[in-house]
Amino acid sequence: MKIIQKIGVLLFLIGIGVFTLMPFLGSYSLSENLVNSSVKAIHQEQMVEILAPMYGETYSISFAFISAFNDHFNSYNDALKAQEKWDEVIWDDYAFSLAKAGLESVVRDYPWLFFILTLGFAIIGGMLYNLPKYRDEPAGIKNDGIFHSAMKNRGWMGMITGSYLIVFYIILYWFPAYIVNQVWMVNPLSLLLSGNPASQWFLYGTIYTIAILVMGVRMFRKYRGNKYQQLRTASVMFFQTSFAFLIPEILVLLNQPYYDFKNIWPLDYDFFYDYQISEFLSSGGVGMFMLVWGILLIVIAVPLFTYFYGKRWYCSWVCGCGGLAETLGDPFRQLSDKSLKAWNVERIMVHGVLVFAVVMTGITIANYFSGFTLLGDITNQVHSIYGFAIGSAFAGVVGTGFYPFMGNRVWCRFGCPLAAYLGLVQRFKSRFRITTNGGQCISCGNCSTYCEMGIDVRWYAQRGQEIVRSSCVGCGVCSAVCPRGVLNLENGPEKNRINELPIIIGNDSIKVNA
Amino acid sequence: MKPDRHVVIIGNGIAGVTCARQLRKLDDAVQITLISGESKYFFSRTALMYIYMGHMEFEHTKPYEDWFWEKNRLALKEAWVSNVDFHHKTLYFDSGESMVYDQLVIATGSKPNKFGWPGEDLEGVQGLYSKQDLELMQKRTEFGVNRAVIVGGGLIGIEMAEMLSYKKIPVTFLVREKGFWDNVLPQEESALVGRHIRTHHIDLRLEEELQEIISDQHANVRAVRTKSGEEIVCQFVGLTAGVTPNVDFLGDTELAIDRGVKVDFQFKTNIADVYAIGDCAEFHQKPAADRKNIEQVWYTGRMHGETLAYILTGSEISYKPGVWFNSAKFMDIEYQTYGHIPATWDSNEVQSFYWEHEQGKVAFRMNMDSEGRILGINNFGFRLRHEFFDRAIKESWSGEKVISKLQKANFDPEFYAPYYIEIQKAFKAEFGGDFKVSKKSFIQKLFGARV
Repeated sequence: MKIIQKIGVLLFLIGIGVFTLMPFLGSYSLSENLVNSSVKAIHQEQMVEILAPMYGETYSISFAFISAFNDHFNSYNDALKAQEKWDEVIWDDYAFSLAKAGLESVVRDYPWLFFILTLGFAIIGGMLYNLPKYRDEPAGIKNDGIFHSAMKNRGWMGMITGSYLIVFYIILYWFPAYIVNQVWMVNPLSLLLSGNPASQWFLYGTIYTIAILVMGVRMFRKYRGNKYQQLRTASVMFFQTSFAFLIPEILVLLNQPYYDFKNIWPLDYDFFYDYQISEFLSSGGVGMFMLVWGILLIVIAVPLFTYFYGKRWYCSWVCGCGGLAETLGDPFRQLSDKSLKAWNVERIMVHGVLVFAVVMTGITIANYFSGFTLLGDITNQVHSIYGFAIGSAFAGVVGTGFYPFMGNRVWCRFGCPLAAYLGLVQRFKSRFRITTNGGQCISCGNCSTYCEMGIDVRWYAQRGQEIVRSSCVGCGVCSAVCPRGVLNLENGPEKNRINELPIIIGNDSIKVNA
Repeated sequence: MKPDRHVVIIGNGIAGVTCARQLRKLDDAVQITLISGESKYFFSRTALMYIYMGHMEFEHTKPYEDWFWEKNRLALKEAWVSNVDFHHKTLYFDSGESMVYDQLVIATGSKPNKFGWPGEDLEGVQGLYSKQDLELMQKRTEFGVNRAVIVGGGLIGIEMAEMLSYKKIPVTFLVREKGFWDNVLPQEESALVGRHIRTHHIDLRLEEELQEIISDQHANVRAVRTKSGEEIVCQFVGLTAGVTPNVDFLGDTELAIDRGVKVDFQFKTNIADVYAIGDCAEFHQKPAADRKNIEQVWYTGRMHGETLAYILTGSEISYKPGVWFNSAKFMDIEYQTYGHIPATWDSNEVQSFYWEHEQGKVAFRMNMDSEGRILGINNFGFRLRHEFFDRAIKESWSGEKVISKLQKANFDPEFYAPYYIEIQKAFKAEFGGDFKVSKKSFIQKLFGARV
């Protein structure tokens, strides 16, 4: 490593360090006014009363504050639950909003300072580390040392990174009250973009977008000379920054619904939930446009684009999950499981989630139009289970947290219902394939090793057979790492797309009767 | 032949394994055993360099998962054959065990050449062919190697140079020829590769040969002396001056062996029910005008194995290789060849078209006969379709036809610079031609790389 890269690592570690320390900063206190202004009107009276014992107390650490809050809040709710008065239970997560409101800290006072110390340092550090790479080398494949790496081959660095990510996701989804300092840090940015204060989701979106951009630069350096990789990386960087991050915030600024135009059902699993539909229908022309756009994406865009280009148009050029996987996740792509066993699990799991999502949406829509109470209860239960198990635990915690353990596409491969839908079209009605170049394969195994979806690409290449698999996201890395130019991602005529060459080209000894 | 006869294959490289797999596909009853002392499971030795460089682990180089062999009833015997009693159709292993066969296939591959240099058996001096060679090299170069010398400018030599560069070990590369691999590559291509080797800071010495390898007090290599008298201090020497059939263990028997095991075009040796395929086999004549009688290439090993399986199950065929093809990678530059391009030719009989990109890392050569029909091509730094050239050469297309359809032959990824356009322009300028040069598509104009 050059000196400047070492400085980059240092800066990055400082950034992570400050970020990790932030939950321990500041003190928390509540007052009646604060509670009134932080909770919904319908809950104001009860909440003011429940939390009265806490007024005037200053809690010097988040744990003490949240613990006290939970004591009072939960005992109120538990009493009601014991009497089965479900309607009167307060289901909202006020721990977060009250912790955020009640925080007094140096972060809240100097948010941009901490933004620079954490995200700023991480960005600069990342750039200083990645930009000088390969400067004295010609363009080419840069996989040296991956299996000797403590980070990329399940070594101690990978273990720590994965654990950190998992803990972060768990806190983000289920204990956001502990990271209100971080949320305050991005609050001015949120006000700038949407006019609204920041939530934990804005924090998440900011970090997510920055990760894709910084690691995208790493991809540009690593895949110098490979135009397909450069364009594809630029594409995901663009779609994340604009469609997923900036545009929804600006929409909110303009009093329109928050909407990511590239998020397609069933990945966007709450698209047909009643609150979402109601929001679209009550937001005039723009809302109606969003509803129609969303439906057209599912019904027209997916089959049409997948027919012409394969599912890669979405999964490795547009999708946000894919964008993070291909940038932040690129160092871990070789950790995917290539075994037949894993494929058997994959087929069942990913199509299972698709069925779950479709059934859930069916119930939701039925409920929307019929309004039966029983159906309503079932719908809510199913939403809750899906939201927890699939939307949060699988897509979030496992999806990203497992990068250093199981590779960068665990969600995409085993869980994403949209991937399953795209995959069915790709497998049965598409012009996309990975062509293998006749008899040139030397079975080295680079393609299979670097396939993030765990496809045994070599199996096809060494038989001269084209690769048509529902899981292939068209990242193009197999084609890039092949040392003999055997693989090429192509769109071509449907006829003979899946071919069986009994004798590989080059051997004229055997005449096989067609 | 009884239906459940025992076919034993010595050697589980690409030739032996392809024979075994194909045989099982054609015949469900036959008993098949694959023997290897090198590795229980078949692995791709083309990938040894990638294990060294950390691109893959050994497990990744196995083309089939471990359950594959049992599932297809291909028995694996991990053992070294010490000698063969052809009379009693029995193999004897190093361990003392023995195995009886009904039909024997010898597929033992190659071993690195040693030409009797003084010091060639010192510690720190080795070739690179087997898994054991790789492990030895990993151990030997872990610490304390400040310079390595590679002897012999060919495909294994350049792979070794790349491997040592990964460890940041300075390399001096001794190449006997005037140009790198110039017994196979024409002059311009040889120069292209030579330049690229130097870009990687490798000390390439053309027209330089090894005289002797010098030892220190502990029988480790300390230096080499070249024929021109220079002493180069080094702690590792790679001997990559070609390979030779691995048939020593068959020495004193009735089996006819010259450099390799002598076979006809049905892979039959002089002994009934004994065959040989792959690197270790030596045909009585060349299988085709543009081939050698020992074929030491991955692809031909595969074809031998495939063809023999058909012969063993009764097909009345003999080995007829089609259009020649081969490939390699010289550090960052991929190389493919189709058909026949020798290192030199008679310009009265052969017309040669050569195009090289101004940055000197992408090149294309097409040789045509005196009537303008394609004989073969070399391409560097970009990818061309095997199927296209197999057909073009088999059907003797005119060079003009080939170039006019070059866009169809292009196998580069999307958005890559369209070298075929420049090649078409250059060909038209030099040889004329009644075709339209391809145009960039709209997307290529918008997003594509420029040549």
